[in-house]
Amino acid sequence: MRVLGLYNYWIFIFLMMVGFYILISRRNLVKKILGLNIFQTSVFIFYISMGKITGGTAPILVEGAEAVVYSNPLPHVLILTAIVVGVSTTAVALALVVRIKEAYGTIEGDEISAMDNQIPF
Amino acid sequence: MTGETAFLGVVPGGVTALLAILVPLVGALIIGTLTHRPNLRETATLVTAGVLFCFVLSLLPEVLAGGRPGITLAEPLPGIPIYLEVEPLGLLFALVASSLWIVTSLYSIGYMRGNQEKHQTRFYLCFALAIASAMGIAFAGNLVTLFTFYELLTLSTYPLVTHKGTQEAMKAGRLYLGLLISTSVGLLLLAIIWTAQVAGTVDFRPGGILDGNVTGAAAGLLLLLYTYGMGKAAIMPVHRWLPAAMVAPTPVSALLHAVAVVKAGVFGIVKVAVYVFGLDFLARESATGWLVYASGFTILAASIVALRILKNQGNLKRLLAYSTVSQLSYVVLATALYSPLAAAGAALHIVAHAFGKITLFFAAGSVYTTARKTEIRQFRGIGRRMPWTMGAFAVGTLSMIGLPPAAGFISKWYVLLGAFQAEHMVAVGVLVISTLLNAAYFGPIVYMAFFQDEEPAAQPYLGGGNDLPGSHGHGEAPLPVVVALTITAAMTILIFFFPDVPLALAQALVEGVR
Amino acid sequence: MLNHLPILQVIVPLMVAPIAALVRRRGGAWLLAVFATWTSLGIAILLLRQVLDGGTIIYSLGGWAAPWGIEYRVDMVSAYVLVIVAGVGAIVTPYALMSVRREVGVKQAPLLYSALLLCLTGLLGITITGDVFNLFVFLEISSISAYALIAMGPDRRALHAAYKYLIMGSIGATFIVIGIGMLYIMTGTLNMADLAVRLPSVGGRTVSVAFAFLAVGISLKLALFPLHAWLPDAYTYAPSTVTAFLASTATKVAVYMLVRVFFTVFGIAFSFQTMNLDRVLLPLALLAILSASVTAIYQKNVKRLLAYSSVAQVGYMILGISLASVTGLTAGLIHLFNHALMKGALFMAVGAVMYQVGSVRIEAMNGLGRRMPWTMAAFVAAGLSLIGIPLTVGFISKWFLVLAAVEKGMWLVAVAVLVGSLLAIVYVWKVVEAAYFRQYVGSLEVREAPLSLLLPTWVLVLASVYFGVDASLTAGVARMAAEFLMGVAP
Repeated sequence: MRVLGLYNYWIFIFLMMVGFYILISRRNLVKKILGLNIFQTSVFIFYISMGKITGGTAPILVEGAEAVVYSNPLPHVLILTAIVVGVSTTAVALALVVRIKEAYGTIEGDEISAMDNQIPF
Repeated sequence: MTGETAFLGVVPGGVTALLAILVPLVGALIIGTLTHRPNLRETATLVTAGVLFCFVLSLLPEVLAGGRPGITLAEPLPGIPIYLEVEPLGLLFALVASSLWIVTSLYSIGYMRGNQEKHQTRFYLCFALAIASAMGIAFAGNLVTLFTFYELLTLSTYPLVTHKGTQEAMKAGRLYLGLLISTSVGLLLLAIIWTAQVAGTVDFRPGGILDGNVTGAAAGLLLLLYTYGMGKAAIMPVHRWLPAAMVAPTPVSALLHAVAVVKAGVFGIVKVAVYVFGLDFLARESATGWLVYASGFTILAASIVALRILKNQGNLKRLLAYSTVSQLSYVVLATALYSPLAAAGAALHIVAHAFGKITLFFAAGSVYTTARKTEIRQFRGIGRRMPWTMGAFAVGTLSMIGLPPAAGFISKWYVLLGAFQAEHMVAVGVLVISTLLNAAYFGPIVYMAFFQDEEPAAQPYLGGGNDLPGSHGHGEAPLPVVVALTITAAMTILIFFFPDVPLALAQALVEGVR
Repeated sequence: MLNHLPILQVIVPLMVAPIAALVRRRGGAWLLAVFATWTSLGIAILLLRQVLDGGTIIYSLGGWAAPWGIEYRVDMVSAYVLVIVAGVGAIVTPYALMSVRREVGVKQAPLLYSALLLCLTGLLGITITGDVFNLFVFLEISSISAYALIAMGPDRRALHAAYKYLIMGSIGATFIVIGIGMLYIMTGTLNMADLAVRLPSVGGRTVSVAFAFLAVGISLKLALFPLHAWLPDAYTYAPSTVTAFLASTATKVAVYMLVRVFFTVFGIAFSFQTMNLDRVLLPLALLAILSASVTAIYQKNVKRLLAYSSVAQVGYMILGISLASVTGLTAGLIHLFNHALMKGALFMAVGAVMYQVGSVRIEAMNGLGRRMPWTMAAFVAAGLSLIGIPLTVGFISKWFLVLAAVEKGMWLVAVAVLVGSLLAIVYVWKVVEAAYFRQYVGSLEVREAPLSLLLPTWVLVLASVYFGVDASLTAGVARMAAEFLMGVAP
């Protein structure tokens, strides 16, 4: 039961592996970025789920309700930052892909590497 | 450091030692600015050499009186300064190198012009830099300083070895740099750091710094690292750079590859043996006995190679290079006997061999300049056309063999005495056999030059030489060349009759050890 | 004002960066960048002096005290690295003017300066922060701007190189966040000092896993062999200015991260006795030194050759660190500084060749010894330093490294370090022979590089000689930093 009780972490690990696998196995530059996104998102879920406390509620102070258990807000805040970082990474990556498409005429990693290797240095 | 003053009664000895490095450096700068004025440039070289010799000579009285002037230049590593200290052996080396620089400069003028060599400014500039490095080695007060100047010497002589810029010169340069730097960085530096770690210091001190810090096999290994780390001493099998370096112009072979560079190697070994290990310590340790055999083997093997070159009537400079390899190992062998008398012999042999070998190289270069002859077979009868050159050559030969009245006799005498004192019969045997071998490969050349008839000039060129086929329409070499080689030949004989100064310094070295 | 130096260190380049991007006047962005980098250097030097005088500086952001707010912490180690990073920035920007104009173009130049400043911000931030999550944020600021910088290279392959770096870098960064998250779960704090106090009592498998994630993530950033695949392409195709900047700063800051996380946060006992980090790092460092040096020998492009040499040099730093002794750590930290000097100078000299000749292949160097004497002399001098010839900084590094190895009785390690220098001779000399012994064959009339390229290069060269002759400052500070990390002295 303990193993199942930690299902949120299992989801995190599953997503992480899916993302990582796509990242490594795909040669298409855009698909790689998709994999990277899944990989990063899994970490977001990991952070958010670690802040959850059983029976806890949103960490908003309400007058007269001192006994309420709150979820830890800090991981949420952290992950907001991480999301911003992730989005900007994706943006830069996509921008690079656009430029690569312009310069090479393809977004297949293998073909690009082949073209790179044609010039001998 | 003593408070005595040395130069003109004003400059302290330590500063003079620094000046001995700075003078050639400044000379190099001046030479560099005089590219388009060859006369002025060569005057600058000669003046620099003269000034340098005066500076070095001015240190002599103080050192003979027991002074050890020193100066700290910088402290690159905590507790390990770049430190200069003048002691007898270093002064001896500096005296030899600086006095011969004057003669070599004179010789270079005749040689470089006579052969219309290119890049003469670079040549004189690098030469001055090499001398500055050699002075640094001579006056190094600790191992790191020695190592620093040792590497600078390698780097500053590299452009001289590759001077011709040909494929062959480049290959030789690679071997030169590769072998010298890889041994020094790979072995010598390791040995120095090891010493620093166990002894806590890298200073040269009378009696050594390693006694009690390493024992047994470790001491033997450390000595091995030092000996082969000083690749410039050309102990087999790290001797190959020396024959390769013979592609350089002859003045380079003469001063650097018979005196400054190679002597820096053996000088370093003597210095390490005396001031880092301490002779007593080395004599006590049984693991250090191998050095006699390594150097003895080198003496004999190099002589045999030289003999083969004679048999094939090959390149004279190459033969001289192997003779140098063999003679350098005399110094190492003398050191390896670990007896004070032999150590004095080692110091003397540094001097004796320098004057003798430079004469031989001067003669070889003189023949090349006038007759374009480089191969031994072309030397038949040349003594009649160039009596001064070949006369000097004969004197140099005497010194190499160790016959009176040449300087080589004195040093060999001391080494032999040392070998008897140490009761090392193998060493005695090596010395005797090598004397015979020396005679066997030098004697015939002198005989050919004076007593055989020239080959007919019309004979087609057989190949194997460097340049033009030998022609016979020549007389004696250009005047500067003749003057230079006469001076060194005369010095070789004079040292036999008046060995006072070298002997005094050698004794001071030994007394410092006791 | 002086109390707020730690935040100013980061804020100045961060604020100037967007302005630089917006400036339309020709050269305006460059002027701003020069201003920002030199100000940063000034601040870094002031901080170092403050730390030398009064010990560690703790600065709470916005006045929020440590466990809640973000804390900046300047100790011996970070002050030392700050000076290196800011110093390289200050020397590279003046160099950039001409080089960037030629390689990137006037139109894009403001963007490059902006990205350069952001990258500097990130690197300084990583070094100064005392909070692990903040470290991640700064890491990403520096990385994302580095991707953009590399992509600005003149060749289209720069784009692909940047993309590959982006993928590897993001994986590394994500690993680092995972590790940080696990540390947070176990301790409830993100403050490094707090973590250092709480971690020893926590222990357990999660901490070990966090350790592993952080180790791999940082090693990726560090280009530690065998995770170095992104580095050669990135350094080869980036604009020369960017290569010089990144080569002398980015990997150095990654080394700093490694030291910070494993020595300060996890603690020496846990990192080296429980997790045996040294048993992983030491062989990898040796492999990096030997294999990357050998690979460098076979390169035909000088920038790529130097890039592989950088991988090897990172190996030296990691080697020193993995010996986990005061001398070893001193060696690693000294080499951090020394390598920044010599590699910066080398890449700048190559950049000057790129400026004049338009190529950095070895054949392009043929005969340049006579045509560009000052540039090639700088290359030779810095190359000698790379080899470890005395009177250069390289010798100081080698000395301490070998001494550290001998101290520990690791003879093979000592020999490997020296073999590495011998390999360095081979690859440096390939360039030297081309420059001095081959004939120039091109049709262009090649002349010496302009002063604005030569001057910064020679500043680094002379610095590498100066600190090779008198290393008391660097060795002193590095030793203090090492002692501080090892917990030996105050």
